[in-house]
Amino acid sequence: MNILKATIIKDLKILLRDRVGLFIMFFMPILLVVVITSVQNSTFELVNNNKISLLLANKDKGPLGKEMIDGIGKIGLFRIQLADSLDENDVSAQMRNKDALVALVIPAGFTEIIQSKAEEIASRALRDPDSVQAKIASPQDFPDSLHMYYHPVMQTSFRQSVEGALRSAVQVIQGEAIVKKLYEAVNQKEIPADLEKQILFGQLPISEIPVSRTGSRTIPNASQHNVPAWTIFAMFFIVISLGGSIVREKNSGSFIRLKTLPASYLHALLSKQAVYMMVTTMQAAVVFAIGNKFFPYIGLPVLHLPKDIWALLIVTLVCGYCAVSYAICVGVFANTSEQSNGFGAISILILAALGGLIVPSFAMPAHLQKVLQISPLHWALEAYYGLFLEGGKLRDIWLNILSLMGITVLIQLFTLYGLKKKNLI
Amino acid sequence: MIIPAIKIQDLAFHYPRQEGICFNNFNLDIAAGERFGLFGPNGAGKTTLMNLMTGLLKYAGGSIRLFGHEIKNHPKSINTIFGFVPQDFSFYPELSARENLAFYGAWYGLEKKQISIRTDELLEVLGLTSVGNRLVKSFSGGMKRRVNLAIGIMHQPKVLFLDEPTVGVDVQSRHAMIHYLKKQNESGTTLIYTSHQLEEAAELCTKIALIDNGKIIAHDSLEGLLEKHGHEGMEGLFLALTGKRFRD
Repeated sequence: MNILKATIIKDLKILLRDRVGLFIMFFMPILLVVVITSVQNSTFELVNNNKISLLLANKDKGPLGKEMIDGIGKIGLFRIQLADSLDENDVSAQMRNKDALVALVIPAGFTEIIQSKAEEIASRALRDPDSVQAKIASPQDFPDSLHMYYHPVMQTSFRQSVEGALRSAVQVIQGEAIVKKLYEAVNQKEIPADLEKQILFGQLPISEIPVSRTGSRTIPNASQHNVPAWTIFAMFFIVISLGGSIVREKNSGSFIRLKTLPASYLHALLSKQAVYMMVTTMQAAVVFAIGNKFFPYIGLPVLHLPKDIWALLIVTLVCGYCAVSYAICVGVFANTSEQSNGFGAISILILAALGGLIVPSFAMPAHLQKVLQISPLHWALEAYYGLFLEGGKLRDIWLNILSLMGITVLIQLFTLYGLKKKNLI
Repeated sequence: MIIPAIKIQDLAFHYPRQEGICFNNFNLDIAAGERFGLFGPNGAGKTTLMNLMTGLLKYAGGSIRLFGHEIKNHPKSINTIFGFVPQDFSFYPELSARENLAFYGAWYGLEKKQISIRTDELLEVLGLTSVGNRLVKSFSGGMKRRVNLAIGIMHQPKVLFLDEPTVGVDVQSRHAMIHYLKKQNESGTTLIYTSHQLEEAAELCTKIALIDNGKIIAHDSLEGLLEKHGHEGMEGLFLALTGKRFRD
């Protein structure tokens, strides 16, 4: 009987009888992908569809404070809640009470400040346009500025988006005031309402068009982003099960006997590679199938599978082989299950972070952009994104596949060194 | 010239960075067809010597020859000559007895048909036929010891190394195992055996070596040793030669 075949049968039987292990290997990745996609999807909806709760305290008695509130409302990003008290010392408590992430205090005399600024700019512009440039942005002209309070939980990028939206509302108010004053100065009468609207709101629209290799205009959703990324993570997380299995076998009596038998331990490792390759491929197949068929039923966006299914299969196999090689390497070098599990889990998290699974790689600092190339998860993700997001074919992602295979070869060589050093072969 | 089953010459070995057992200029011949018992107190070097003879440990100097083949740096193929029954349970508890024998049979290089025939034979003689398809993890200690033995003799080796094969088993299991080992020996298998069960020496061994601190302190047939040292039983002889001091 062929040694490899017998060993594969043995490993398959042991694997299939370990129900908890199977549960962890198949159910946990599904749970991971569903949870992460749901969370990312709700963040996506928060930015695009849901509204941020904004507490507004208007101390202004004039009309522009109210116009400012209307303008903020028109942005569509905020759910406005008016403050019960105008006392700024009370803002923090009110934010907590009303569950608001952001608060904006419009200062007293806001209308007067804006109008006097507009008048000044208009009269200067009519007299000497060059002098407007020099004066326009000096902060001392706004002694009592708008105050934006925010919850510390807000990340910088999100806070900057909110600030940008509020700034655009202020600009509209300021622009409107300046245009009115200019019109009045030139025409000696009030600006007609329709012209005012045309000047201020007649902006050219911006159409957002995703770029894909196929020319498809389908907007990528949270599933297209998250399912491939976290499937890779799940495949590499096999280090917990496989690495631990190798350590247990190494430390068991069965390994002592295997060492005295007339066949090399490499057979055992080849068998584990074959069996766990099946596992990683099935993990990916199950997760992609759930994303494609089941996600719409639980309110998540559908995962559109790439057109080039062969390319998808090749990336999955290469990624799975790399994940299995990494797990075996960890199992060979670790002396205990604790070492294997601890190092395996943390190293995969680090490689995932470096690989752009947690934060997009384009958002990383320049020095990390170079380091991330050592992460096999990065190349796997790039290959999957080439297929899932850009609609690419095998020829478009071959460089990513080649890089992933290169890293796999290095891992295998390192494992071979470990096997020799530890007298395992 | 008759080639001995085992020939150890000027063996030198010590564990790196460890105090304790070491062998220097250690010599031993074990004739083919012998039932050879290695006895000694804890830490005497019995298991270390067994591991050296099976190639699990690499020795620094000297030679160990198995039917004329040098163990050190040997090709894996000569491992078919011997079988090894380690002290620890050396099988997969998540597999049945039959599945374990099929797996190890393949690793010994046996054909599918040979595996099937031999599995049936071994399960029968070791009283495991009725539980052959049960997972080994559900077996009693004695049954596990018998599975451990069955795997070691699956390929009918010329030399069988047994490291305390009967530890922790009941009288019935021990009897069955000793009986089967004798039968194996009659069919030509050389047995090399370590144990703390001194009464088994009388029952099983044709030759005995008492070792302590990596040295042979007595080597002969049981009768020869008892006569030479003037003792009536193995225990008295053992204590007389190795002392009453605790060794662990």
